[in-house]
Amino acid sequence: MGVVQGDQMTLNIGPQHPSTHGVLRLEVMTDGEIVSKIKPHIGYLHRCFEKHSENVTYEQVIPFTDRCDYLASMNSNFGYVVAMEQLMEIKVPERVDYIRVIMGELNRIGSHLLALGVYGLDIGAFTPFLYMLRDRERILDMFEYTCGARLLYNYMWVGGVSHDLPKDFEKICIGFLDYFEPQIEEYNNLLTYNKIFVERTADVGVIPADVAVSYGVSGPNLRGSGVKWDVRKDEPYSIYDRFEFDVPVGNGHFGTLGDCFDRYWVRMLEIQESVKIIRQALKDIPGGDVHQALPKKIRPPKGSIYRRTESPRGDLGYYIISDGTPVPFRVKMRSPAFTALSCLDEVSRGWMISDVIAILGSLDIVLGEIDR
Amino acid sequence: MTSAEIIAVIESQFSEAVIENEDLADHQVELDSAHWFDIATFMKNDPNLSFDQLECITGVDPGEDSQLQTRYNLHSMEYRHKIEVVIRHDRENPKVASIEQLWRIGDWFERETYDMYGIIYEGHRDLRRILCPDDWEGWPLRKDYEGQESYHGIVVPKIKEEEGWE
Amino acid sequence: MGVLENKFQDNVIVASLDKLLGWARSTSPWYFQFGLACCAIEMMASAASRHDLERIGMMPRSSPRQADVMIVAGTVTMKMALRVKKLYEQMADPKYVISMGSCATSGGPYWQHGYHVLKGVDLVVPVDVYVPGCPPRPEALIEGLLKLQEKIQTERPLTRKIA
Repeated sequence: MGVVQGDQMTLNIGPQHPSTHGVLRLEVMTDGEIVSKIKPHIGYLHRCFEKHSENVTYEQVIPFTDRCDYLASMNSNFGYVVAMEQLMEIKVPERVDYIRVIMGELNRIGSHLLALGVYGLDIGAFTPFLYMLRDRERILDMFEYTCGARLLYNYMWVGGVSHDLPKDFEKICIGFLDYFEPQIEEYNNLLTYNKIFVERTADVGVIPADVAVSYGVSGPNLRGSGVKWDVRKDEPYSIYDRFEFDVPVGNGHFGTLGDCFDRYWVRMLEIQESVKIIRQALKDIPGGDVHQALPKKIRPPKGSIYRRTESPRGDLGYYIISDGTPVPFRVKMRSPAFTALSCLDEVSRGWMISDVIAILGSLDIVLGEIDR
Repeated sequence: MTSAEIIAVIESQFSEAVIENEDLADHQVELDSAHWFDIATFMKNDPNLSFDQLECITGVDPGEDSQLQTRYNLHSMEYRHKIEVVIRHDRENPKVASIEQLWRIGDWFERETYDMYGIIYEGHRDLRRILCPDDWEGWPLRKDYEGQESYHGIVVPKIKEEEGWE
Repeated sequence: MGVLENKFQDNVIVASLDKLLGWARSTSPWYFQFGLACCAIEMMASAASRHDLERIGMMPRSSPRQADVMIVAGTVTMKMALRVKKLYEQMADPKYVISMGSCATSGGPYWQHGYHVLKGVDLVVPVDVYVPGCPPRPEALIEGLLKLQEKIQTERPLTRKIA
């Protein structure tokens, strides 16, 4: 395809735009319609999470971690408490582990549903958005039944969880999973086998595997490029090693390996794997007291730890330095969306402006986590 | 490979760069900032170490009258081993070589550490603030940070710690 | 009005012009979707199928020129505050602002050590309705919007303002 040599134009996709990823500013340098360079500007949602975490106690940091990745706040909590429990060498009761896995996987399904619904909306399909949000509301109902909140839960505490599962939770959850599994076929009919969606996402925005590892891309974005890396299997935490589930990897089904369609397809398959995990966990969940191992005062020994867990967006890592007092010395959150956004420049060179929107949607970023 | 073996390999190539430090744990090693770029290139390209993933860069300010630190967490996808590298800087003039050409994520991680602590990464092609606005004053995560009075005419009320709103 | 009531057939209504204009102006405010953070997700959930915002007349518009109400949903930071003001100035009169969530009302959970957080969006734009919560439920946002509709209804646009 010939390139017309013209003047460079700078287009500003400003901090406020109808795509729902948040306040992100993209300075796009284009040559006509073809992009030659993108400079992302972030920091419009910098809420000083790390400064707050140096001034409040360890338990009070947990609501702040909720608000960083607000679409998957159970998983953000999970990462923090796993790191803290490793630092303090606390062993939680088994029931707590099972509850955490169930809640984490339900939140993963909810987050992927929203990500895919919004991706369809970015491409131009309105119906999948409404259908996926309708099903996500049922998941939020279950969370509200357990701990009272719809979006930001403050549920997982160091050493346990805040509320035990309420009466009949297992029945309600299994009822939801039985309703939900056939719906996945409906989503496939709306998006996956939709010719317009495939034309807009296949072969677009290919991330080669070595570029992805160098840019620190992780989670479904890395798996879409063919690298089989999942922290739940490779550096297992909690009781994930007891469950049988696959790690779906992209295979260039409709186009090239590592394109936007692969990343979308990996997320769809991951929803099905999460359903499998929840079913296994509900079958084997033991009884017990969930508040048994909660420490009276959280005062970890001096030292530091870096631990990562698998959030719906990728490797969520917490680097915690403790100096023996009840207030943390340093908490750094290594967010997966930060690394995913950093590769946007290199991946979208040579594509058109509307393809940039498709690539950005396939990376599934949440600005709260990027800017912290 | 265990952390001790990895440190032994690094020491065998760059014997004067590894600094003894009792405060650090087994999986951490302190290196001299003068040779950092060469050691990083070696750690990435050596077939036995093969650290191809930079997990995280954290800046640390241990308090007044102490040196700032940068901590790099490295991981190898092939061998699944990890190491943490600690580098100290002078408080007045903190600088170290940038490794953004080796691990491309270093670009944004180093910009963030520069924004929060003021550590200069020499050789970085585009070192500017990433989270705070470009005309922000001060290094926010340092322990002696004082917030600015107003920004572009928006006056920020000072919050008194004990009494609440002023 | 008492003299003219019940003097006509059932399909004739007598009311003041202010009430007619109030009804027309308040029942379909189009909102400018200005979602910044977590509250934006609850705003999207209120616009989705379960709590539908279109049934009370609100339609999302992405451009400030076409919108009547600006719902500031989420934390406003210093870097963003200048843009909030610019977008507010680009909206056409009459315009209203709803501050959704505790971050937009007064800084939210970040009020104490947030060096980069604006402690309330009313430091840059005039706010009409505050909806508290972190995040507010969709029902709470809908109540805030209905209160805004009541407020618009009591306005008297035809009266010449004296001084």
